[in-house]
Amino acid sequence: MSATFRLPTGGLIDRETTLRFTFDGRPMTGHRGDTLASALLANGVHGTGTGIRYGRPRGIVAAGSEDPTSLVQIEQPFPEPMLTATTVELYDGLVARGLSGQGRLASEPDPARYDAKHVHCDVLVVGAGPAGLVAALTAARGGARVVVVDEQTRAGGALLGTREYLDERPSAEWVAGIVAELRNTPGVLVLERTTAFGVYQDGFVLALQRRTDHLGFDAPADTARQRVWRIRAKQTVLATGAHERPVVFADNDRPGIMLAGSARTYLHRYGVLPGTRAVVFTTNDSAYTAAIDLARAGMDVAMVVDARPVAPGVLAARCHARDIEVRAGHAVTGTGGGDRVTDVRIAPMPGTDGTADTVDCDTLLVSGGWNPVVHLFSQARGRLRYDSGLGAFVPGGEPPAVGVAGSATGALDFASCVRQGRDAGRAAALAAGAAPAGEVVLPVSDTRTDAQPGLVLWRVPGEPAEGAPDTRFVDLQRDATVSDVLRATGAGLRSLEHVKRYTTIGTAHDQGKTSGTITAGLVAEALGTELSEQRPTTFRPPYTPVSFAALAGRDRGGLHDPARVTALHPWHVAHGALFEDVGQWKRPWYFPLPGEDMDAAVLRECRAAREGVALMDGSTLGKIDLRGRDAGSFLDMLYTNKMSALKVGGIRYGVMCGVDGMVIDDGTVIRLAEDRFLVTTTTGNAAMVLDWMEEWLQTEWPHLDVYATSVTEHWATIPLVGPRSRDVLAGLAPGLDAGNEAFGFMEWRDTVLDVGAGVPARVCRISFSGELAYEINVTAWHGLAVWEALMAVGERYGITPYGTETMHVLRAEKGYPIIGQETDATVTPQDLGMSWAVSKKKADFIGKRSFARAENNRPDRKQLVGLLPVDPDLRLPEGAQVVDTDRLPQPPVRMLGHVTSSYRSAALGRTFALAVVRSGRERVGETLHVPVGDDLVPVTVTESVFYDKEGARRDG
Amino acid sequence: MTSPPARPPGAHLPDHPDFLWDDPEPKASYDVVIVGGGGHGLATAYYLAKVHGITNVAVLEKGWLAGGNMARNTTIIRSNYLWDESSGIYEHSLKLWEGLEEDLGYPILFDQRGVLNLAHSLQDVRDSVRRVNANRLNGIDAEWLDPQGVKEVCPIVDISQDVRYPVLGATYQPRAGIAKHDYVAWGYARAAHAMGVDLIQNCEVTGIGTAGGRVTAVETTRGRIAAGRVGLCAAGHSSVLAAMAGLRLPLASHPLQALVSELLEPVHPTVVMSNAVHVYVSQAHKGELVMGAGIDSYNGYGQRGSFHIIERQMSAALELFPVFARAHLLRTWAGIVDVSPDASPIVGLTPVEGLYLNCGWGTGGFKATPGVGDCFAHTIAHDKPHRFNEPFTLERFTTGALVDEHGAAAVAH
Amino acid sequence: MQLIPCPWCGPREETEFHYGGQAHVAYPEDPSALTDQEWAQYVFFRDNPSGPFAERWSHSAGCRRWFNAVRDTRTHDLLSVHRIGEPVPDLGEKDEVVS
Repeated sequence: MSATFRLPTGGLIDRETTLRFTFDGRPMTGHRGDTLASALLANGVHGTGTGIRYGRPRGIVAAGSEDPTSLVQIEQPFPEPMLTATTVELYDGLVARGLSGQGRLASEPDPARYDAKHVHCDVLVVGAGPAGLVAALTAARGGARVVVVDEQTRAGGALLGTREYLDERPSAEWVAGIVAELRNTPGVLVLERTTAFGVYQDGFVLALQRRTDHLGFDAPADTARQRVWRIRAKQTVLATGAHERPVVFADNDRPGIMLAGSARTYLHRYGVLPGTRAVVFTTNDSAYTAAIDLARAGMDVAMVVDARPVAPGVLAARCHARDIEVRAGHAVTGTGGGDRVTDVRIAPMPGTDGTADTVDCDTLLVSGGWNPVVHLFSQARGRLRYDSGLGAFVPGGEPPAVGVAGSATGALDFASCVRQGRDAGRAAALAAGAAPAGEVVLPVSDTRTDAQPGLVLWRVPGEPAEGAPDTRFVDLQRDATVSDVLRATGAGLRSLEHVKRYTTIGTAHDQGKTSGTITAGLVAEALGTELSEQRPTTFRPPYTPVSFAALAGRDRGGLHDPARVTALHPWHVAHGALFEDVGQWKRPWYFPLPGEDMDAAVLRECRAAREGVALMDGSTLGKIDLRGRDAGSFLDMLYTNKMSALKVGGIRYGVMCGVDGMVIDDGTVIRLAEDRFLVTTTTGNAAMVLDWMEEWLQTEWPHLDVYATSVTEHWATIPLVGPRSRDVLAGLAPGLDAGNEAFGFMEWRDTVLDVGAGVPARVCRISFSGELAYEINVTAWHGLAVWEALMAVGERYGITPYGTETMHVLRAEKGYPIIGQETDATVTPQDLGMSWAVSKKKADFIGKRSFARAENNRPDRKQLVGLLPVDPDLRLPEGAQVVDTDRLPQPPVRMLGHVTSSYRSAALGRTFALAVVRSGRERVGETLHVPVGDDLVPVTVTESVFYDKEGARRDG
Repeated sequence: MTSPPARPPGAHLPDHPDFLWDDPEPKASYDVVIVGGGGHGLATAYYLAKVHGITNVAVLEKGWLAGGNMARNTTIIRSNYLWDESSGIYEHSLKLWEGLEEDLGYPILFDQRGVLNLAHSLQDVRDSVRRVNANRLNGIDAEWLDPQGVKEVCPIVDISQDVRYPVLGATYQPRAGIAKHDYVAWGYARAAHAMGVDLIQNCEVTGIGTAGGRVTAVETTRGRIAAGRVGLCAAGHSSVLAAMAGLRLPLASHPLQALVSELLEPVHPTVVMSNAVHVYVSQAHKGELVMGAGIDSYNGYGQRGSFHIIERQMSAALELFPVFARAHLLRTWAGIVDVSPDASPIVGLTPVEGLYLNCGWGTGGFKATPGVGDCFAHTIAHDKPHRFNEPFTLERFTTGALVDEHGAAAVAH
Repeated sequence: MQLIPCPWCGPREETEFHYGGQAHVAYPEDPSALTDQEWAQYVFFRDNPSGPFAERWSHSAGCRRWFNAVRDTRTHDLLSVHRIGEPVPDLGEKDEVVS
């Protein structure tokens, strides 16, 4: 099918390349350089979908990202919802369809890659139109590091949509010259297809670069499809241009009705005529140029309808010369047609003589003036003021380090725009510390400036006929009309924010780029207030929509919060471990043998630890090296018990509380020297405890001579557990006397293991299982070799690797709590039955004062106890609640506490549980109940220690 | 060739009524002045008038009604909190939500589509099961779902187990859901106004007058207004207001950001929350994805947050919902939430007679709107807390009787 | 994303920092001598002004040093930074109200 509205020549498209695409099932062609919108128009297609509320046909209104209606769904090469046809670059094989307001997400994962890049610069210029280019060149010649970002596929901005000559050359040549110089200047980066979408503090600007979208199926898989540029600029120049503003009138939504400047863009940039016969409706001079250009290109332009009482003389004469009638003092009051506009009704403006008329046409071009694009300026906390001459909000006070230039300031003529660009570029370069900028000779345009001021007209006067629906659409995407706005003010609403919410105007995909100011104007009109008193609704990032995936960037999958693994991890993987996530770490959960389920594996692992020998990977425990003269007294403040009394060579268990007296961590402290300790923390809390120490040391007690260093990853830590652990250790540490006399419980020794050339090791006699146990610490580098050596030496004793689940069972049998499992930030050491670890002698430690509060001394606090289900085979679910009734009443039911840990025990030959229960210690011996499903399970309250209460086993 | 449906389901919302409220000049004196015209303030005024017959009431709003957190939240409604105290007031609120549309005569679009709270670690599972069991004994609908059950409720959640944060299960509260925030606030405002309450906008309180330990008036940008009783419902600005009466509160005000996508065909039938990966997301009535991020760490009154929080939010969301990759971020914004040390509110009497406090809701205020409105109105009317807000005193920070909901609330209430 | 001027490292992105709340709240000399009310003030109550706020930050992903800063909580602008031990800056009226 031939593209019937494509002119034989002209435009910035590559006519040698024909691209096939499908829209709404209809195959069509276009050229490289087209957008989907320009290609559709070239094929005579205006309609792209239907309105969300009334189902009326809607078409292409604009040529850029401000377009309120041309929503499309991309189906091929990969589904992407809710793009505007005006921003989709055409590529071969594109399959798209029009939307009525809701897009569709792909059901398959997106195969594309996304990334982000940081760049620092002296001057960031947003917008590569004439003002931006001059600003960038001025700054660059002054030696500033400059970044230029522009939303379009090529630099030029508004010039792309004109046939302007600059210094008697086509403007494209001038643009190309500047871009070439910028690109050849070291330290200057020019980014096309890059939309600055958010301005934040301290010159931080985010921009989205579309790198491969325009390549369609040919996009290389290894190139990031989109990139977020995180730009940190000393100075920012916003040369973001202006959006044409429509005028609201009845039936202003029909396909074929477009903004006049956009039609001009389609003509000059894409070589496309928007139709065959046009009427132009304007309130200002700019649309005359569109009329004349289109007529010159062969379009039948029937009439220019100018709402102003007097038409601009020279422009009107030029129209007459092309047989274009100019009807001043008139306005469009309605349109006819269905899927396309077929005729336009015009009538004299109130107070003007004239007659109503109907003009046939298939295209209606509208201009109500220009709104500076102040979104980023406003995000940068720039103040806006209402310019009653322009009918627009313009920059009214620049925030620090931000300049504005070009039509973004409200300037309408080329000479002002480029002059502002030069001034802003120079000011920015100087402020950023670059040398005084070199002169840029400002080009002179052949285009005349506006002869006559525009008329600010939000809507054409007149009301819909009684009972007829209002078709004066303010927000075309939300299908909101003038009546909706008036209904909102009539309902008592005064704030623009309320009107926006009442009508939903400005909440759609375009975020009200073409409707916001009009709405503000209509509200002011309705309330009889001045627009200057209305605050515009807030401009919020992003300026244009940004895909979730682009913002996520590389922070996906394995790179999303990367997991930490120990030096022994490969061995665990090779030996079939299942893993548990603890904090950021992967920890072996259990090591099932073929055919074993978790229960079987854990029972076997427990049995090995209690009856033979077993080992686990304890490397994830947090380890903090604490040095300095005052380390001991510092630990006395941090832990509830007295650490300074610990002798060199000794080890002590400690509990740590917050200032509120609640347990936050526990672990062992070993004294390496008078002025040196090694503190261990729970796996999940290592970073927190280090931060906690540093906070106190630096902010509260800076006079203390203490230095804290994380050494978690320096060590591989292997608890060797069980009655035969001493034998295994003896086989590997010939120089160490591991007997009870020479090496007592809660002591540590340094030794050299008989592994390779000899591995220095620190062995600690601590036990989290109640069994004879040695915790072997070697540098992480040697961890794997030592583990394998232990496995080899222990083979004759049936040495068994075990995971966190078995560790949990073994410690629970001994009633040892796990911080974060038995505790939940409401549990004190006393609640855990650990008063023995709370010093009575120390004058103070963190949390001590809170123990004296009323709530801490209630007799019915929840306390850690054991629970034995009356049925020894029944394992209580962890998290089950405990009640003191054998028949549940209607809710709410009084709860006494909950089951924190629950296991099947090989040693006990039955199930058991730990729980926190109100007045738990007083209840030992009582029968309570636990709701499990629909049953109430009887349980006996016991002390928390189930196994080896005398502690006989720890010495082997 | 397929043509799109003329009007996608749910693509537009019910119309607001032709009249909402008028814009009166403040009177010289009111029996009760409510400071803060957000959801809580409007609901309090409504229940004062409706339940207690107190209609000589002004709601003072420094900006536009319901323009603070009420306009900025992600509208999640649920009552599956851990502790009895919390489940009491939140469940009271949920029950009121269930009859609110009828009560207010306003289409508030309360949609009980259920809420999933995901568990990603074994300890998450224990904590979640504990909460489910507590909820059930408190008469709150709650279920524990395994990963397959999660998939059945929300098919787009990735439940594969080899990802960084695998879904090990979830708590599910079927009666939970979402509502449309403006409609809720406006429903309260219109109904309160209809019963004689003055809604006074653009009226900022600049001082609180007291005499003999009793509140007497508020100073405002529109003049002095005498008041028999004053209730503070100012969320993030509570500390600043309380300071005017010489009160110090254990609160920190933080920016909390949220974001919304464009309108999409229905893909997400419920509400999903994950504290571990800091995601909460639902698909609102028109089809947009509404997501909340974590709070910004620092104190702030600026109604803007840091963008890296949004970026982190996006990457976390895609871990759970890979299909969101090509959805687009349309708009971001921030509210100011007042966070208390135990993540529970402070609602009740103060040392100043006739001055009442409702604050500290953190990120959880929206869902409490009807419940706290009812309880706070009761507190003001009777000078005595309602049984559901009785535990939430200011004194609890002295006695230590905290209601620590960090586990159930975390970032996202 | 804001730049925070670490007094040791210079301006760095805020993601490198950890927030520490109100500055200059000293740990009580003798907690046991305090009433429950006084102790609660120390544990739970902090200033929460809208306006300049003296607060603590830690350059946790940088030099790991704590420092004090004055920041305007309305704009988030850092007004000044101070090494630990440097004198408390005068904030003027503390609970300044946004107007």
